[in-house]
Order: sequence, then C-alpha cells, then structure tokens
Amino acid sequence: MSATTTTTRAEYCAIACADAWRDNGEVLASPMGLIPSIGARLAQRTFSPDLLLTDGEAMIVCLDGAAEGWLPYRQHLTMVSGGRRHVMMGASQLDRFGNQNISCIGDWQRPARQLLGVRGAPVNTLNNPVSYWVPTHSKRVFVEKVDMISGVGYDSAAAAGPSATRYHRIPRVVSDLGVFDFATPNRTMRLASVHPGVTVEEVQEATGFALALPDEVPPTREPTPTELRLIRTVLDPEGRRDREVPTP
Amino acid sequence: MTDKTMTPEDVVSRLRSGMTLGIGGWGSRRKPMALVRALLRSDVTDLTVVSYGGPDVGLLAAAGRIRRLVAAFATLDSIPLEPHFRAARQRGAFELTEIDEAMFMWGLHAAANRLPFLPVRSGLGSDVMRVNPALKTVTSPYEDGETFVAMPALRMDAALVHLHRADRRGNGQYLGPDPYFDDLFCEAADEAYVSCERLVDGFVGAVPQTLLVKRHAVTGVVETPNGAHFTSCVPDYGRDEPFQKLYATTPWPQFAERFLSGDEKAYQSAVQTWHEEQQ
Repeated sequence: MSATTTTTRAEYCAIACADAWRDNGEVLASPMGLIPSIGARLAQRTFSPDLLLTDGEAMIVCLDGAAEGWLPYRQHLTMVSGGRRHVMMGASQLDRFGNQNISCIGDWQRPARQLLGVRGAPVNTLNNPVSYWVPTHSKRVFVEKVDMISGVGYDSAAAAGPSATRYHRIPRVVSDLGVFDFATPNRTMRLASVHPGVTVEEVQEATGFALALPDEVPPTREPTPTELRLIRTVLDPEGRRDREVPTP
Repeated sequence: MTDKTMTPEDVVSRLRSGMTLGIGGWGSRRKPMALVRALLRSDVTDLTVVSYGGPDVGLLAAAGRIRRLVAAFATLDSIPLEPHFRAARQRGAFELTEIDEAMFMWGLHAAANRLPFLPVRSGLGSDVMRVNPALKTVTSPYEDGETFVAMPALRMDAALVHLHRADRRGNGQYLGPDPYFDDLFCEAADEAYVSCERLVDGFVGAVPQTLLVKRHAVTGVVETPNGAHFTSCVPDYGRDEPFQKLYATTPWPQFAERFLSGDEKAYQSAVQTWHEEQQ
C-alpha cells in the first residue's frame, strides 16, 4: 500500500505545519493548538533540531522533556520582540492580506460574539514570523475583511509604515484543505498546495475571497516513513490529531 | 518593624468606588481570588480594572463592578473563553481599553518607572489603534527615525496580587514557574496588597530570585490559604478544574448565591461541600 492511501488528512496537516519551521535555525517554535504542536515537535525531531520548544508554561524543554531554560511571560515577550521566534497562531477570521482576528465578531463597540481579545497578536505580527493554523477551512474563517485586526496583515502593515513592515512576515497558513502563502506581487493569499484528496475548486468554494493560484497547484508533500512513525508512535500515539481533523 | 498584616476586609475598606485597580496573575493563574471575593462582598464599584484577565475579570464583570476594563484578553486557560466576561461585553456592560500583551507590559513598566509612556512597536497596523483613538505615536529622535506607539503608563490607585509566601513587612515570594507581572503591578500602583498562601517569619534558605515583591512597594499583607482558588497556584496547588467548569457553566446568580453570599471561610467550606457531593 502506498503512503498516499494510508496518510490521514491530519497527518498531512501536521507535516505542512512542521515544514513552516524548516530552516528556521535556533528560534523558539511557538505552536498554538494540537496539530501545530505535533508539527513543531516533528520539525525539532527531524529536519530542524536546533528549534527551541516550551512545555506550554515557563520552561524551555529538550526532546526528552527535561528543562533546558526558563522562559516566563516577560522574557517570552522579549523573545517575540527580538525576533528569535516563529509562532503559529489560530485565527477566528483571516483575510486575503493575512489580517487575523481573535478578538471579537461583529462591531467592536458591542460585539455579537466576544472572543479572546487581541492577546499578543499585534506584537507577534510586527516582530517575528507568524504563521496560522485553521482546522476547519470555511467562509466563516476566510473572510473578505476581518472584524477586528488583531494580527497584522500585509496591507495593514504597509499602510502603517516602515516601523510596521520592518520585521513583518507571514510565512504560511495551513488549513485542513491546503497550504497558503503570500508569494504574490500584491501580497495576497495564494494557494501553495492542496492536501491529497482535496481539489482546488473545493478550496476556493470554502474561501470567502478569490485566492491567487499558481499555474499548477501541487499536492502537499508526502511524509517520510520516519515522520509518519514519529507522529503515530511518539508524538500522538492516542490519535488526538484525527479528532481535530477527521479524514473525509 | 512595621507589621502590615491585615484581613481581606481591611484591604477592601481601603478601596473606593471609581478607583483604578490592578489585579496580578495571568488568565486563570495565581489570581488574588480571596481579595476579589472580599471586593464582591463590598459595595465598591465603578472600577477601572487593569488585568491580564481571568476569572477576576469575569466575577467583577458579572457583578457589575467594572466601568472600564484595560486588558489584552480574558481567559480561563483550560476553558479558552471567559463566559462572564463575554456576556458582559456582549451586553455592553463596561467600556474596554483593548491593548496587546506587550503594550500592557510596557504600560506597567512606564508606571513603575514614573515615565508618562514607553515606545513600543506593537499596536501599529492593528485595530488596537482604531479602537483606542487616544493612543499617540512617537518618532525616534535618533538616526533611524522610526515611528512607535507611545504606550501610556498604566498607573493604578491600588494593586492586588497573590503570592505563595510573604512576611509581615510585605516581602513576597513566588514558588511557581512564572512571576507573571506581580512585582510590576505592585510598583505601578500607589498602594499594593499582597495576599499569600502562608505568612512566614523570614526567608532563610530561600533561592534569592524567588523573593519577587519588595516591601517598599507593599501597603498590606493578607494570609489567605487557598486564596487563589479556583485558579492555579502551583506548586501549592493546581487549578480546580471541576470547580472552574462549574463556575463557567452555572448561571451567575445561582453561582453567587451558593458560593459568594458568605465570607471567605464560608466560600472555602461551600467549595469543599460541593466537591464531596461530586464523589
């Protein structure tokens, strides 16, 4: 049986998340959520061994879970500002320029749905690379315009000037349908790859704005046998990934 | 030697309606909950609350005590969205100054250092600037000429924090993994009140770096065992997850009546009874 038929959708997602940290060097990988967390740990165990990872609290930990450093919130914020960090955040809304919203839905003055608040999205996006993970790709998330810009997109950074664009970078967006980047002349979201089993039409249909498309959209890469083994036996033996992203 | 020990009621008697009140901890972690509960028993209201928000914000918002909230978020951590904060926001119950986590930190630093503002890159390009039209920018006087947000000092009338140990003079020690911003809260406030799990006579043998809060910045010390309940206070105790879930899913009047109608002792006893019922 080939890997194509046995690899689950959640595993493609984890692989795509892991690749976000490829060639990042000695930076803190900050994954928010389960599948980015599997991805970051997979990257550290394979092609990006110099990554730093936390225990989700105040410690930087090695592969075996032993502490190798202390990172309380205020030092973590310095790491953000210093740029030696690549975070993969979630998004309640995301638009074509990569503006992200986790604050509220509707009018900010009196929101229809209050969410978390902007949290660290403004400082993250202006200071260190920020990628996004969206477990359920839909028009509700991929919107024409976000209600409250929490994470700064390319157009907003450009409008705010050189201090905003100086360290601003959104390497990639990963959803349950595909991988996206902003490698277009006007920095709009582009479909970089589709997960095997997903069509380009399906992705566009689930997106609330027109995606930029390369001439040919490649499939998201296959995991290596080692990567699959690590995901299945070491990083997520309980198969929690399949509950976050079921294979259709 | 000044003995600064007092009761939660003493602390609250020194607070006034309309004050700007800072609350330490982070999310649902090491919140001075016993002091917040004492505040709920008083008639102090119309507060400007400055907090990395958790159930402190939810409780005070549900009870209608907040006029303005200064925050980057409100969360219960294991339950991502704070339900009472959400409900209050959705009914327009208070004004919000929504800023970013780093802007918040530099606002505390500015206040503690008696500066009117500190420059930060964060905020630029985000809607934090749109919803806070009073925020101004500042241009670097050096060659780079960069423009930054001038984050105003978050000076507070009073701060409430919870630590693991404290002495009667107001020195406070944390034993957990993260100091959060509790020392900054104390230094950024005109008066600071430290509740603690246990009063100690001194800190012989302590790891020096754990002695977080210095007495010059502290007005009062309160011994409140289990005083961060139901938030986490590791290593003394973890978050009371079942109880937090109860808090998040029980209609506010019902929760308040069962758990908040008596004093702190009554609260702790009601919590214990509830846990026994669950077995």
